[in-house]
Amino acid sequence: MTLQQLSNIVKGNILHDPVKSMDYRHAFASDLMSDVLRFHMDDAVLITGLSTIQTVRTAEMSNLPCIVVARGKQISNEMIALASENHIALVSSPLTVFEISGKLYMNGIKPVY
Amino acid sequence: MEVQYEIQGGDFSTAGQASSEIKKLLKQFNIDPQIVRRIAIALFEAEVNVVAHAYKGIMKADIEPESIRVIVEDEGPGIEDIEKAMEEGFSTASEAVRQMGFGAGMGLPNIKKNVDEMILTSVPGRGTCLKMKVLF
Repeated sequence: MTLQQLSNIVKGNILHDPVKSMDYRHAFASDLMSDVLRFHMDDAVLITGLSTIQTVRTAEMSNLPCIVVARGKQISNEMIALASENHIALVSSPLTVFEISGKLYMNGIKPVY
Repeated sequence: MEVQYEIQGGDFSTAGQASSEIKKLLKQFNIDPQIVRRIAIALFEAEVNVVAHAYKGIMKADIEPESIRVIVEDEGPGIEDIEKAMEEGFSTASEAVRQMGFGAGMGLPNIKKNVDEMILTSVPGRGTCLKMKVLF
């Protein structure tokens, strides 16, 4: 699915849209960045309630192309700048991690493993 | 090619900058992206450890045609029991570190998983030295 389709499903607001278009197929939901770093999840969407600069750093290190921040949490300008520097899509959603995961799963997004 | 970066203990806003710079450097060479990802994750875990536990540290990387060697050395409380620290789930991280999404006791085991060689030494009360090597 495209970034726009993904964002529509989670009632999201796209805060950074990298020029490179992606076909998103997998996702992983976690607030624990240690867990994200632990598993091989290239090209997966990260669904998280943790809205810090380290969320974006973790995506950068793990080659994750997209972060969906749940519950409408505040996303800082530093996060947007770092996402932009690393061509990572950043979406803010008012829904909970549970709802985002459920909706994306129902629309064909698969777990990473 | 040698590069060196300073790491500030306790500063989570800049944690990951050194690892990011080295990852960007490696991407310029013809190295398998999966190997670059493994190196980046190991460096980031090591850098977060310094930020989470030490007062300050340095990350030195030596990039050779066939491998990368990295030394992450810090001044800090050190590690009392290295064997214990290598166990999954063991952590002495503060609540503040946990709120940043780390401190689950998975950093050191994850570094070991991602590198080809790892030597961890520490003097309690003085600091810790982590040496890593990854073959390209």
